Parts: sequence; structure tokens; C-alpha cells
Amino acid sequence: MDTLLLSRLQFTATTIFHFFFVPLTLGLSLLVAVMETRYARTGDETYLQMTKFWGKLFLINFAVGVVTGITLEFQFGTNWSGYSAYVGDIFGSLLAIEATAAFFLESTLIGVWVFGWKKLSRRAHATVMWLVAGASNLSAIWILTANGWMQQPVGYALRNGRAELTDFAAVVFNTFSILQILHVVPAALLLAAFFIMGVSAYHLLKKQHVDFFMRSFRIGLAVGAVTAFWVILGGDMHAKHVTQVQPAKLAAMESLWNTTAQAPIYLFAVPDEQNERNRVEIGAIPGVLSFLGHGDFNAEVKGLKAFPRDERPPVLLTFLSFRVMVALGTYFAVMMIIGIFIRKRLQENPWYLKLMMYSIPLPFLAHTAGWVLAEVGRQPWIVYGLMRTADAVSPIAASQVAVSLAAFILVYGLLGGVGYYLIGKYARLGPAAVGGPAPVRGERLRPAAV
Amino acid sequence: MVLESIWFFLWGLLWAVYFMTDGFDLGIGSLLPFLGKTEEDKRAMVNTMGPLWDGNQVWLLSAGGVTFAAFPRVYAVMFSSLYSALMLILFALILRGVAFEFRAKVESPGWRKLWDACIFIGSFVPALLFGVAFANIFQGIPFDQKGVYQGTLFTLLNPYGLIGGVLFVLLFVVHGALWLAARTQGELQARAAATAAGIWVAEVLVAVVFLAASFFSTRLYANYLANPLLFAVILITVAALFGIRVFLAQKAFFKAWFASALTIVGATFYGVIGLFPNMFPSSLNPAWNLTAHNASSSQLTLTIMLVVVIVFVPIVLIYQAWAYNLFKGGITDEDLVY
Repeated sequence: MDTLLLSRLQFTATTIFHFFFVPLTLGLSLLVAVMETRYARTGDETYLQMTKFWGKLFLINFAVGVVTGITLEFQFGTNWSGYSAYVGDIFGSLLAIEATAAFFLESTLIGVWVFGWKKLSRRAHATVMWLVAGASNLSAIWILTANGWMQQPVGYALRNGRAELTDFAAVVFNTFSILQILHVVPAALLLAAFFIMGVSAYHLLKKQHVDFFMRSFRIGLAVGAVTAFWVILGGDMHAKHVTQVQPAKLAAMESLWNTTAQAPIYLFAVPDEQNERNRVEIGAIPGVLSFLGHGDFNAEVKGLKAFPRDERPPVLLTFLSFRVMVALGTYFAVMMIIGIFIRKRLQENPWYLKLMMYSIPLPFLAHTAGWVLAEVGRQPWIVYGLMRTADAVSPIAASQVAVSLAAFILVYGLLGGVGYYLIGKYARLGPAAVGGPAPVRGERLRPAAV
Repeated sequence: MVLESIWFFLWGLLWAVYFMTDGFDLGIGSLLPFLGKTEEDKRAMVNTMGPLWDGNQVWLLSAGGVTFAAFPRVYAVMFSSLYSALMLILFALILRGVAFEFRAKVESPGWRKLWDACIFIGSFVPALLFGVAFANIFQGIPFDQKGVYQGTLFTLLNPYGLIGGVLFVLLFVVHGALWLAARTQGELQARAAATAAGIWVAEVLVAVVFLAASFFSTRLYANYLANPLLFAVILITVAALFGIRVFLAQKAFFKAWFASALTIVGATFYGVIGLFPNMFPSSLNPAWNLTAHNASSSQLTLTIMLVVVIVFVPIVLIYQAWAYNLFKGGITDEDLVY
């Protein structure tokens, strides 16, 4: 294997791994801040326990998210030096702004939050959590702005053999970035909401700490119901924009080979990239792709054959990831509608609780599929239409990258295993994990945690 | 020209602040197996830096990000040339970070031993390799006209590079021991103070060796000789270094820590001033050196980033100072989270 392929594998592995942890950080930080605010306002001890319990799970997840984020900043230079030199003027600035204007606040205040329970007033301590949550999400917004620029480069001129910044406002208010933000940020909240509901469902099924986990579930349900629809709406707006600026990605998303009006979507298809056709096409619904892309059932949609072979993204992966994402997004919305109807009778519907419990991994999968779609669908470009991924790689020995890739797999495997083991361990312990409340009559007793 | 020069020194400043802040964390982590005799000692050591290490580490990301933004070509060539060294630093920092969070989460001596080993490796390796990397930058890196590195990881482990590595480890260990002495009590405090005093002697000796070796291995002194007023930086650094000893003798541990912080900032600037305007010199041909002038971003980017830094870095310093102030007292059982 050559340096390019190994570097791509390494970037894929480290980015996907990092993004298993980031959305939970983004969403859960806001939800914990909501819980702590309720405690600060009412003095209700249950909200304090909720803050501490969900906060504990948040912190384990946060630690893995933070350390794996360092990798990404280093990696542009270590493995993608061609890219870094070419776009540092713009892309590098966005990363530097992210660190200086957002990540600093998040990282400094997380320490204050963890160690400052006795040093700050209730109100001040809750404010610190809001700042952590705000700064985390602001961080994500800057990173998405940087990624949006790779998807739709704006505000630059090609000078001195590189892309130089000419219009900072155009970069910051890039339509692509804004649409990504409106899709990914609520998706992170949705993931956290499903996490809270899933863990709560586990305890509700066991009929333990009922009040505690009913309150938690309701917060999750309220946030989940809003964001499930927001994500779909945002995704739809995003897809329409992709149709305009990345037509090859849209064609690959639906494996559409020929340019056609009333373009259909297929319920099932098997793309055959070699022969520029679909081996199997089942359940064509005419006009739907035209409608999704252009808001008009009769609109013409460009097919893959309209692009030279070396400017098409890998079809199968783009096609599949889009399907996984859409199917899961629909599932989340359905589950939230059901949840709203039976919110008062949750315990009488163990099947629903069970489904929610087993659904915990699904939003993680949906996030991953979304990123695979965004990044693989952009290929062969690293910066759409401007720079090819193959031209971006560092002039380094493949053996070096092979060793580091192996090390990443090893270390991240350890990190992921331990991180999720600990999250699982403390999630199962329930409020006892944080020296929980005295058990209410009728609830099962659990041994105190370490 | 002026803008690039300002950025060059801001770049140096961000690295200096990183070494000054995370330096004591790396120092304490390196001391963990030696000063932490009991589990109580170890917990105290880890928790003295508990609330602060995460914010400190961002200075590294900020220094890296600013290199990327203001000097993209330096970022590209530096990070790809130093690939293996940076990957080692990266893995070390990753293990250190999660180890803090993980170590107290399972009640088992073996578990703690594992994560304490990660804290040690995760602290010692970056301390050493940052020193090795910067010393090598001072003397020049073998890369060609296209920015392609012509060496291996072992190329960096030359005598001068290793002296730089040892110097960094000693600087950070003294820095960490002083922070420990300032925030602990009793026997641990006494041991930390004694360690600081002992290692300080080695720090002085290696500093002298490094200053002398720099004369033979690098061109750092050219700028100083051209402008002798600059020797003041070296004098202030040496004064700060001896200040550590004076305050240590008075048991004024926080003052000693500040003197040590100034020593680290001074040591960083000793090199940065000597390098100017080079940022990543080539040992193969001086014509291929990457400098503040031939590797910088566009004027617009440099201007925007200057505004960002001038607005945000003071704000960061204010809230970090607030956090430091919140956690400067001696630690008690309430502060034992990790």
C-alpha cells in the first residue's frame, strides 16, 4: 500500500473514532447544563443528582473526545502537507480561531466545573457548565466552517501557487457551512437525547430510580422530538444545496447514471461502477429525486455519466451511507412521535423502552454515515473542484504511516474499549455512581459505587 | 515585513506559554513514579494539576493552529518532517489525557498502575521530544528544496538534540516539583521541595552545557552578536534560574514557581531570538530555510489572525488566571477527583 492510501485510511479511522465522542459531548453538555440550571433555580436535590450522574458519563466521553481531537490538528501537517501548504491561509486560520476563541474556554472551564463544586456558588457553577456547552458547540461550528470550505471553497484567489484569502466574511458565512451546522448540531443533540433516553429506559425497565429516570427521559424526549424533525429539515435543505454545488455527489447518493428529468429514487439498487449502470434496480419512485434536489418533480437531475470518470466519487459507499442515514433519521422521527403519544405511560410499554435502550448505538451510526457521505461523496477532491486528494498527501515514507496507522488502531482500540466499558459501568450503576439519593420504597437497592 | 516579524514572535510566545503552563504538568507526570510513594501521594500529585492541565494543553493546539494559519509552509514541512517524533508525542499526550480520567474509575491496584504508567510515559516522552525537536530546529533539519525530509527519527537523536531533550525534561521536572511543593503539605511537600532543589543543580549544569554547545552546533548567537543588547534576554533567564534557588531556600514555593516559569519562557525565547527570521532551517542548504518571510500567509490572513489573537489571547489569559487563582491553595480531600 502506498502513502496516499495509508494516509487516507488513517485519516478515516481517526476522524470516525473522534466523531464517536464529539456529538455526545456537544449534546450532553447542553442537557447537563439544563439539569444543573433546574437545580440552581429550585434547589431540588434530584436535579443535582441528575447533573452529577449524567455529568459523570459526559466527562468520560469528553476525555476521549478531547485527546483524539489533537490527532486531527496534527494530521493535516504530518500526512497532508501538500494540502496544508496550499490552503493554510484559509483553513489553518479557521482551526487557529477555533482553538483560540472556543476550545480554550471549553477546556479551561471543564476543569473548573469538575473541581469547583465547593469553590463556586450554585448559580456560578451552573453558568460554568453553560459556558462549557456553548464553547463546545462554538468549537464545532468553527470546525464545520472549515469543512464547509473544503466542500464549497469561497472567498479565495489562486495566488503564489496556493489558495489565498480574499473575503473572510464569505468564508465565515459560507452557505455550505451554515447548512452543515444546521444539520450536524441538532444531530448531536438528538444523539445525546437518545443516549439519555436509552440509559433511562434500562433503569425504567428494571423499575429502579423511577422518578430520577422518568425526569431524565422526559428531558431527552423533549429535545429528541424537536431535533429529530430539525435534523430532517436541515438535511433536506442541505441536500438541495448539494444538488447545486456538488451535483456529482448527489448523483452518487442515488446512483443515478443518466441525466434525466423526473429522476427517480430506488428503494433498492446495486451500483455497478465498472459498467456505469445499476446491476439491480428495484422499486423506482419517479420524480422523487428531482423533488428532493430541486423541489420540482419534473426537474432535470444530472447523472454520473455527465462527469468524467476521474471526477466521480466512489458510488457504492456514497449510495449506502446516504441510505443508512436517511433510514435511521426516519426511524428516530417515528420513535419520537410514538414517544410523545405514550410519554405518560412509558412503564406500561416495555417494548418501547426496550427498543429505545437498544437504539443507543444507532445515532452514532447515523453520524458516521453522514460523515462518510460528506467526505467520500466529495472525492476525488480534498477541496471540491480545486485540489485532488492525491495531490495533498505528504512526501513521507509509507512505512512510517503504516506504523502510525497500526499504533492508532491499537491505542484507539484500547481507548474505545475502556471508554465505553466505563460509560457502560457507570450508566448501569445509576445515581449510585455519584453517591446517589436514598432509595425510595419499592426500588431495588444497589451497592454503592467506588 | 513588519507583520511577518510580529507573527514570528507571537509564534514563539505561544510555544513559550505552552511550555510554561503544561510544562509543570509534564514535570509532575514524569515525577509520579519517583515521588508518589503511596496511593495518597499519587492522588495528591495528579490532583494538583487536575483542574488545570486540560486548559494548559490547549496552548499546544493554539501554537500548532497558529503555525498552520500564519506560516502554512512551515506547518506543512515541519509536521511532515518530524512525523515520527510528533506521532510519539501525540500518542503520549493521548494516553496521559485519558489516564487522568480513567485512573480512579475502577477500584483495582493493577488498573491504577496501568494508567499511572501512562501518565508517566505520557509526560516524560513529550517533555523529552519537544526538547529534542526544538534543539534540532535550532541546528537545522535535513530537508531538501521541496520540503522533503532526508532523515529518520534517529537523525534527530544526535548529541545536541539529546542535550536539548534532557534540558527540557529538567526544566519541566523542576517546574512540576515546585508546583507540587506549592500545593501540597507535609512529607510530600518536603520531598517535592528537596527534589526541586536537587534537580535544579542538574538543570543549571545542563543549561551551561546547552548554551556552550549551541555556540558550536548552531548559528543562534549570530543575532546576539549583531545586536549585543539581546544578551539581556539570556541574562534575565539566568537570573530567573538563580531566582528559583533563592525562593526555594526561603520556602516561597509560588515565587520559585514563577521564577521557573520565567526561566522556561526565557529559554524558549533564547532560541526563538537566535533563530529569527528562520523558523525551520535546512541543514542541507541555507537557501532552503523556511523563514517568517518566505513561508507566511497572505497579508489579509495575517491581519485577521492578528486581530483574533490580540482580542482573544488576553481574554484567555484572564480566565485562565482566574482558574489558577481558584485552585492555587493547598489541596484537601475535597479536591481529590481523579
